[in-house]
Amino acid sequence: MAVIELDHVSRIYQKYSAKHRFQTFKSAIVKGDFFKSLKPDELVAAVNDVSFSVEKGQTFGLIGENGSGKSTILKLVAGIAKPSSGRISVQGKVSALIELGAGFHPEISGRENVYINGIMLGLSKKEITRKFDEIVRFAELEEFIEAPVKTYSSGMYMRLGFSIAINVNPEVLLIDEVLAVGDAAFVPKCLDKIDDFRRRKKTILFVSHDLSTVAKICNTVAWMKDGRIRMIGDPKRVVDAYMQDVTEEQEADFQDRKDEATAAAALESESTPASRPAETTPAAATAAPAEPAPAEAAVADDARREQRWGKREVEIRHVILRNGKGEEKHVFHPGESLVIELDIAAKEPVKDFVFGIAVSNSMGIRCYGTNTYIEEYEPVALSGEGKVVCRIEELPLINGTYYLDAAVHKRDGYPYDYHRNMYSFLVSSMIRDEGVARLPHTWEFSPEIKVAPPAK
Amino acid sequence: MKIASNFREVYKHRLLIRTLVGRELKARYRGTVLGFFWSFFNPLLLMVVYTVVFGFILKPRDPSLGSGPWMYALYLFCGLLPWTWFSSSSNDSANVLMVNGNLIKKIMFPAEVLPIVAVTSNFINFLFGLPILLIFLAVLGKPLTVYALLVPVVMLVQYVFTLGFALLLSALTVHFRDIKDILSNLLTFWFFATPIVYSLGMLKDSSTLRGILNLNPMTHIISGYHDCLFFGQMIHWKRLGITFVVSLVLFVIGYAVFDRLRDSFPEEV
Repeated sequence: MAVIELDHVSRIYQKYSAKHRFQTFKSAIVKGDFFKSLKPDELVAAVNDVSFSVEKGQTFGLIGENGSGKSTILKLVAGIAKPSSGRISVQGKVSALIELGAGFHPEISGRENVYINGIMLGLSKKEITRKFDEIVRFAELEEFIEAPVKTYSSGMYMRLGFSIAINVNPEVLLIDEVLAVGDAAFVPKCLDKIDDFRRRKKTILFVSHDLSTVAKICNTVAWMKDGRIRMIGDPKRVVDAYMQDVTEEQEADFQDRKDEATAAAALESESTPASRPAETTPAAATAAPAEPAPAEAAVADDARREQRWGKREVEIRHVILRNGKGEEKHVFHPGESLVIELDIAAKEPVKDFVFGIAVSNSMGIRCYGTNTYIEEYEPVALSGEGKVVCRIEELPLINGTYYLDAAVHKRDGYPYDYHRNMYSFLVSSMIRDEGVARLPHTWEFSPEIKVAPPAK
Repeated sequence: MKIASNFREVYKHRLLIRTLVGRELKARYRGTVLGFFWSFFNPLLLMVVYTVVFGFILKPRDPSLGSGPWMYALYLFCGLLPWTWFSSSSNDSANVLMVNGNLIKKIMFPAEVLPIVAVTSNFINFLFGLPILLIFLAVLGKPLTVYALLVPVVMLVQYVFTLGFALLLSALTVHFRDIKDILSNLLTFWFFATPIVYSLGMLKDSSTLRGILNLNPMTHIISGYHDCLFFGQMIHWKRLGITFVVSLVLFVIGYAVFDRLRDSFPEEV
């Protein structure tokens, strides 16, 4: 039996232009367009012809970028907003974990607020009295329940809101990203409670940006884009497709920013005809020990600054990043190959040359640096044009933006052409591990310890 | 019919309205030492000021008000108390949708609950002030007559009128924030255009002025209170009846505007 059913549902929002928004009563009367000014200038479809149904006991996930219409769908299902067209049917009592503690009045006690909030969520006084102790216990607020809500910390506020909403004991639970704000101790408790709901065959509509949780707990996932359902079905498949799309967009965005930066740089070099003054950097070899990690942002900024120096007896003309398939990319997934390609041109033949690369993260921390000299490649001869390829088979980095140095210099460090932080790439990962790099690892558990493997 | 189904929806939320009114009354004087007594003290202090200015300094010229400043004070109190209900309700409703914006955006309930709560909680405040008025009337020698039983009729007319005005105000203020400023001036003007500090009897000579005042619905509502509490006489059925019809019309207009703008509230508040 379908508990939630949306049949060609659209929700059109009226957009009032800035001109009208700030229009005053006076001008409305003076111009005599009182009612006209109340008319919208533009219509925006936040949800556009969406149909889906959720069976009893199922957990249905909604993913998508901000503004794709996920929260509007929750509001429509909750009845806060009405559909402009189409039909929505929801069986049974709905409780929405959308804004926890909305409607708390700061001046009155937690106890009174529990009653008022409970009534707003559709409970009767008797039901609230029956559940009151449980609500307070779950929120861990026994000592403070008589104090006015304005004295609560934001965590206490949220706990009480969650506790009331979950104790409404709904048939249908709507969850919108609320778990993002809880503290470390309370979030697992909430997740437990949600698990409990799933076991009791309640229906859950779940909106989240936490894709790994979505993939794990949902039976079906819909991916929303621009108010429409782009894809619906098996969680893993939909999440993957969404990730793919996000990656492509990041790639395009990255390209845009790069083009902008190039244009800006071109402008700058026009205004200062001389090449940038070669800073009196002691010929730092690429693999020189990284400077101590700068803590202050200002220093980190400095460490991120793009620089290029060297007389370019040997020049690095282009640096191209490719994936394992040879496609030019700027967004990579961990475990993917990163291929760094250097186009080299030597003005005169040289016998002393070292190629190096280094990767720093957005904090300015050097994650890795190496060169051909450290790895004991003996330079013999270099003349004319050529290509150097550095292939990293499986990129062991965590989610984030990285900056790349590329250099060609002499063995004693004298730079021919040193590109510092001139190239950047993104690593996009669903796993939220921490640190500088992802150390390749596996977990093992003895048979007494039961764990479910990650949903892959 | 749409309006009927809307009313059913509001009726379903009566427990919520009751709770919110309770919350409003509790929260209003929370943190004050005198608490609920402010419901009495506010009009009382206002009455003292007006009694000094108009009773002692300017001296009323209407013999029907009886002799002495104390009779005038009673007359004043009879009008001031319901006027406070009206003006506070109007002021509160002009803000009520914005102040409770998080409710409108996040929780499913009919938004008209909010102006209803604003008018009703001020009504309850008014009711709290009523015993004080009755005590004053008894002590100062204006015992109640059987006509005092008609006070609820006047209240009903005022409730409908105030609610209609509140619905109109609350919905329009969402789009035109200037209404808040206009309103405070309008209410001052309106206060003096209503026979509260003076009586209609003082205007015997000026039929134009009386004619203008007769166009003000609040004139007849306040006169209704004067009739059944102060003068102890029959209320003017015809005038009050017409006022009731006007109130109903205002209510329907107010509700229609509110209903029409309803969908814009979640985005605009």
